Amino acid sequence: MSSAFTEGSQLLPSILDGIFNGLSIGSILLMAALGLAIVFGLMGVINMAHGELMMLGAYTTYVVQNAFKPLGVFSQTYIFFALILAFIVAALAGLVLERGVIRYLYGRPLETLLATWGVSLMLQQFVRSVNWVIIAGLILFSLLYFGGMWLVKKRPDFDAIRQKAIAVLLPLSAAVAIAVGFFLSQNYKLAVTQPWFGAQNVDVTAPKWLQGGLPIGNYQLPYTRMFIMALTAICVAGIYFFLNKTAWGLRIRSVTQNRNMSACLGIPTNKVDALTFALGSGLAGIAGCAVSLLGSVGPNTGQNYIVNTFMVVVVGGVGKLVGTIAGAMVIGLMDYILGAGILALLFAQIPPVAEFFTFFATTSMAKVMVFLLIVIFLQYKPAGLFPQKGRTVDA
Amino acid sequence: MTTAQIGQSSTSISRKLVVEAAIVLGIMLFLIFILPLLMSDFRLNLTGRFLALSIVALGIDLIWGFTGMLSLGHGVFFTLGGYALAMYLKLQIPANASSQLPEFMGLYGVTELPWFWRPFYSFPITALMVILLPALVAAILGYLIFRNRIRGVYFSILTQATTIIFFNFFNGQQKLFNGTNGLTDFKTLFGLEVSKPGAQYVFYVLTILFLAATYALSRWLTSGRFGRLLVAIRDDETRVRFTGYNPTGFKVLVFAISAAFAGLAGALFTLQTGIISPNSMNIAFSIEMVIWVAVGGRATLVGAILGTLVVNFAKSTLSEKFPDIWLFFQGALFLVVVLFLPNGIVGWLRDRGLDTFQTLIGKRKRSMTYPSLEEDPEVEYERKNTGD
Amino acid sequence: MSEKILEIENLTVNFDGFRALNNLSFSLDTGELRVIIGPNGAGKTTFLDIITGKTKPTEGQVRFKGRNLRPYAEYQIAEMGIGRKFQTPRVYLNLSPRENLELACNRGKGVFPTLFKRTPSPEKRTVSGLLETIGLIPKADMKANLLSHGEKQWLEIGMLVAQSPDLLLVDEPVAGLTDEETERTGELLISLAQSHSIIVIEHDMEFVRQIARQVTVLHQGSVLCEGTIDEVQNDPKVIEVYLGKEETQHEDDMRPMSYPVSTEDAIAT
Repeated sequence: MSSAFTEGSQLLPSILDGIFNGLSIGSILLMAALGLAIVFGLMGVINMAHGELMMLGAYTTYVVQNAFKPLGVFSQTYIFFALILAFIVAALAGLVLERGVIRYLYGRPLETLLATWGVSLMLQQFVRSVNWVIIAGLILFSLLYFGGMWLVKKRPDFDAIRQKAIAVLLPLSAAVAIAVGFFLSQNYKLAVTQPWFGAQNVDVTAPKWLQGGLPIGNYQLPYTRMFIMALTAICVAGIYFFLNKTAWGLRIRSVTQNRNMSACLGIPTNKVDALTFALGSGLAGIAGCAVSLLGSVGPNTGQNYIVNTFMVVVVGGVGKLVGTIAGAMVIGLMDYILGAGILALLFAQIPPVAEFFTFFATTSMAKVMVFLLIVIFLQYKPAGLFPQKGRTVDA
Repeated sequence: MTTAQIGQSSTSISRKLVVEAAIVLGIMLFLIFILPLLMSDFRLNLTGRFLALSIVALGIDLIWGFTGMLSLGHGVFFTLGGYALAMYLKLQIPANASSQLPEFMGLYGVTELPWFWRPFYSFPITALMVILLPALVAAILGYLIFRNRIRGVYFSILTQATTIIFFNFFNGQQKLFNGTNGLTDFKTLFGLEVSKPGAQYVFYVLTILFLAATYALSRWLTSGRFGRLLVAIRDDETRVRFTGYNPTGFKVLVFAISAAFAGLAGALFTLQTGIISPNSMNIAFSIEMVIWVAVGGRATLVGAILGTLVVNFAKSTLSEKFPDIWLFFQGALFLVVVLFLPNGIVGWLRDRGLDTFQTLIGKRKRSMTYPSLEEDPEVEYERKNTGD
Repeated sequence: MSEKILEIENLTVNFDGFRALNNLSFSLDTGELRVIIGPNGAGKTTFLDIITGKTKPTEGQVRFKGRNLRPYAEYQIAEMGIGRKFQTPRVYLNLSPRENLELACNRGKGVFPTLFKRTPSPEKRTVSGLLETIGLIPKADMKANLLSHGEKQWLEIGMLVAQSPDLLLVDEPVAGLTDEETERTGELLISLAQSHSIIVIEHDMEFVRQIARQVTVLHQGSVLCEGTIDEVQNDPKVIEVYLGKEETQHEDDMRPMSYPVSTEDAIAT
């Protein structure tokens, strides 16, 4: 009897631990998936570069942290500025991506997948090799090309010479930018060619007041994870408020439901798309900032999250916030509970079952199991947890 | 009159087929006999690998180009095929060796060969498994996905998740598959030393033969009613259903066939690289395969092969010269192909290339006042029938 | 031959609390041509969705030649002999009209018959005949996405006939057609009615007048009334639904309700 008692006392904390950690993984997933789900719901576009936008957010946090270091005590508040800046940087990157690429691919979701993958590769390489030369070259190129196009646009015969203008301006600006880049790197050498971050991972240290944890019995709830959960809650609430209580939120929802009708009613679907995409990307930036508190950040950081966040969207279904929330939490919980071997502990009395769960009780094998469960789940709910019903679906 | 027309068109079709077969045969002979004289062993081996990869591209073209399903998980099937053959190769242990197990198993303290390794003592079973194993995995996965009408982006991201899953699985099982390191250091195949140039030439020729065979199979699949149905599924799956076909079966079959192609390619590739590891199941590789097809031209089988060769030769050259910024090129390639070259090289040549070329050499085709009249079949028909 | 080919009893379809169809009963004799009219949102397209198995009823059942259709999937129902033409023409745009028709005409629709058997010559002759009927001989071998809207409508009707179904469901066959095309479509449908049972959904009252013998009016998911076109047009309930409570009505007044069809079209595509 006493042995049963000790076992019970071991079991309870480990279940609590499982729930807490599972929810914490889930909230990171949720934060990462939130932007993706909104964009997917609105435009049917899966953004493969979403993970890289997260990575941009994480690197922004790193930069902000370093910028705040000389500020003494005040530096511990860097995280709030980093959150805001991460949102802005990622949102701007998203905006450029939408205006420059995705806009041309509406209605071709599979091509969008490939194009955004290309963008994600370029972003990965960008953070690896970014240095002053590249930045200077990019700025110069943009100034020359877009400035030139702006000037040409003023001419009355713009439409006629558009092709020619592009054909002249594009190589010319590129050549000037590259030449200047060469000149810079020849003259100033390492001062300008030194990569900012390099291919190595960089470390973000959580502010002092987030280190440590809340002790419960002999177990600690880390403050960083609690912070992330709170942050997720705030983001979800903010998005909910934005979508349901503001004019632009209403527009986004109406375009989500019926794009053509909304366009007929005078809703600027172009702007709605751009805004939503920027918003979704900004959320990715915040998620990246949160992720940077948990471990080191590298060019491949984004890759670790994308597939999981896609699965959240698949499980949650399209077009409803609650689906995404539920999907993220369920996947997070299962991932942790399976991976930590808690089920094996629960079924310790029944050896074959325990053995089965022990086999899956590693981080990577838990993912295998979760995926199998998702495929089984889709057999019963192919459209996710909260599908939309009616004639409009799959016409 | 109509039957005569049909008869006439069928003879002209068979004449075209003969010409095509002759061209294919010519290219094969060139690749087998002439090219080895022009290239170093290293380059030839590289060519052989790329030709193996173009077998995967054919498979991807079948399901994506023709049927409209974008699989981002063909790396899995490729790797499964590779592992199947590699397991056979690892079991070619000389009888006098101290351990009758593949050497990595000793490192992890495995004393008895796992049960599923046993069938791979036999070559016929191995040969079957190279094709059957990926096809089976694809058929099961495809059935579970397609029967619920999950398609489009959902299908793509589910197949992508599959690659992660298999990657994790193979990575985690050190005792069974040597984990991250994969299977390598192959010794002999039918008494041939695998790494010798002679053997490599045999594998090269083998790859060409298999490529020709898969090309012929793909041609056959896509030319008849079956091929038209695949296009119909791509165009409007709901219509197909209301016409009385069950698309699930067709999709499962074509997915399985393309997986089998990938498995075959994986086996041939493994022979020529001498290693197979879970690394070929990373996300990037599977998406790269898709871009080969996109570069060459979707729904054109020649395009799939051409695209694979072009992209891979470009990759091996550029990534040697600019290893730092190779990813920029690759990323840009995705963007350029999707945004500006949606029909790939072959599509562009077919639509615009000829005209552009003629313009370049100054022999512009004289266009009439209403150039569209030239191409309007109705006008053409009228002209033909009223003219005589 | 007055056997019922289609019987529908107490059909209800519930989309999250919205009753698209409400306790609807309906029957069709073998060989009959029936026109269904009704304002937007009356449940006309949902009605076809139910018959073809695209949507499953919440309550009630549909019997085709005496068989309950609930357990069957769309393709099985199509094989049993129900063909459907969609609101907006849906043909395979990257195939030629000939290939479109050949696919529809194919008798062995399993995977392996389609793969291994060559198109038999009777089927080729049927296809050529159909091409002639729908007037697409000159364009038989070009891609269907080059056809005009009207030609696509006709091609889709041709595909329907190639399936040789017993029951044809035709959803707005003349939307967007010119007057001349409309009339020819009417003639085509009437000639088809000699050997098929047909349900047509249409807004264009002039066209309805041309082809209809029996008309059913749907309103808010149930049958409002049934009868000949004159009976229906003079039915006070119908007048109320279409025009509000007014004393007079005129045939042409009923036309505006056929426009705008745009919202439904937009959703359906």
